[in-house]
Amino acid sequence: MIDVDPSLVDWSRAQFAFTAMFHWIFVPLTLGLSVLCAFFELIYLKTGNEEWKRITRFWMTLFVINFACGIATGIILEFQFGTNWSNYSWMVGDIFAAPLAIEGLFAFFLEAGFFAVMFFGWNRVSKGFHCFSTCMVAVGSNLSAVWILIANAWMQNPVGMAFNADSARFEMQNFAEVVFNPIAITKFTHTSSSCFVVGAAFVISVSCWYLIKGRHVEMAKKSIVVAAVFGLVSSTFVAFTGDESAYEVAQKQPMKLAAMEGLYKGERGAGLVAFGILNNKKTAGDSQDAFLFEVKIPLVLSLLANRELDSFVPGIDDLVYGNAEENIMGVNTKMEKGKLAVADLLAFKQAKKDQDAAAAEDALTRFGVNKDFMGYGYLDTPEEAIPPVALVFNSFHLMAAVGSLFPVIFGAFLFFSLKGTLTEKRWLLPVGIFASFLALLAQQAGWVTAEVGRQPWAIQGLMPVKISTTDLSATAVQVSFTAFAVVFSLLLIAEVSIMLKAIAAGPEGHTK
Amino acid sequence: MVEFMVKVFNLFRDGFTQMTVGKTLWKIVFIKFFVMFAVLEVFFFPNYLETNFETDKQRGDYVLEQLTRPSATN
Repeated sequence: MIDVDPSLVDWSRAQFAFTAMFHWIFVPLTLGLSVLCAFFELIYLKTGNEEWKRITRFWMTLFVINFACGIATGIILEFQFGTNWSNYSWMVGDIFAAPLAIEGLFAFFLEAGFFAVMFFGWNRVSKGFHCFSTCMVAVGSNLSAVWILIANAWMQNPVGMAFNADSARFEMQNFAEVVFNPIAITKFTHTSSSCFVVGAAFVISVSCWYLIKGRHVEMAKKSIVVAAVFGLVSSTFVAFTGDESAYEVAQKQPMKLAAMEGLYKGERGAGLVAFGILNNKKTAGDSQDAFLFEVKIPLVLSLLANRELDSFVPGIDDLVYGNAEENIMGVNTKMEKGKLAVADLLAFKQAKKDQDAAAAEDALTRFGVNKDFMGYGYLDTPEEAIPPVALVFNSFHLMAAVGSLFPVIFGAFLFFSLKGTLTEKRWLLPVGIFASFLALLAQQAGWVTAEVGRQPWAIQGLMPVKISTTDLSATAVQVSFTAFAVVFSLLLIAEVSIMLKAIAAGPEGHTK
Repeated sequence: MVEFMVKVFNLFRDGFTQMTVGKTLWKIVFIKFFVMFAVLEVFFFPNYLETNFETDKQRGDYVLEQLTRPSATN
């Protein structure tokens, strides 16, 4: 047994999850709304119509409020790395330093520089340069996200590195491999396009509120047309990037895919669960049905996972206990190899302490044989390699179900807008108001799927979460959790009230 | 060059002085930074390895110690 206080791990994990989810309330809107502001201003630049300028300035005001609300909420995550996750933080420092430094530079030079022109530069710089600055803010914001997602993707699929036993760090060997990690590419395309959906949904929500109130009707109608087109394209793209993302998960993190689908027994020609109620009593290796009720689309999971209709998709049992027929190594075998790797690491440490260079070299050579299984050496049982299936399954299906509504919602708004009957469709306007909440719900559910689905790993296969934590007392983490929760809840209330006031005030220059 | 720098300075100066909603937002941003760096980081989120060890060598050795706790090899 590993002598780590489970409540320390749980509290540290809960604190990180809470902070990340708080941070992710603001980020998607920043990324999505920045692009929409650029579109609004491009229309103004093209038409020269002052109404579009007022529209652009209004959405920019909401953009900057959201930006200010979200600013620095991510810094708490970095504090937590140093306090709660010091082992992890030390080990990945060399890998994360470059992407995070580049992210910082992008954020500072691209966003900060052009941000000032975007907000202070109206009537002071040329229309073209102002529009260019707005576009650069959008590009800069989204490019900042790339580097964070590269860091996240590396944890899901650690590539381009080697473990240095001497410094106890993963060291970067190939920067390009880290940057062009297939998981990073799909993560960026899926995340950014879904953030565009949030931006479009937000514009539609606020505009629908104006339409219901009978205020700023022309601005709301114009905004809805642009947002609906952008949202329709983005939400359709999200489906394609989601498919690509699931394919990469199937290849690199099959356990996560099995949990997402509640698949215990692997099969050829596997079906995709469209809707299902999990059997909570089901455990790995038993003979119970995984579902109390399910509706499956035949063959689709195999197609999605391997691009072949009759291909084999491994289930949780195959991955935990192995499947010789399909050449799948079980967790038991991986644990044996992992424990050898950890033992060799211990021998290396001892040899170093004894200043026995030959023994250290020998231990390192042996460590190299099983180093890819190092993380499994810290597991107590094979079943520990299974993520919380119910949470992963339900959050994945919630995300997919909500996400699939958006092409329909945006399509309906575009159709009735072009037909000129949108304001008559009183049933549709409340749906529009609700769209922002749905979009944020899908975002949060998506990240829960991605992050809970990779448990127990902090770094896939190499480092479980329980080994990543600092040797603190659980009480210390509970105290910092409470302090953070109180402070940020108060700030959130203040920030949301500013946003609501700005929406209630409406665009400047409008009396109606 | 000097003229350009003056223009940039004026852009920021005028922008900040003419802000309406922005002033409230800046207040919130400053409060947030103060709470984070002067309160949360100092009292609740000290960097464990930075605080407890002086050199990278010591930090590396500590983490290696954590990775090879005897119980891990059982």
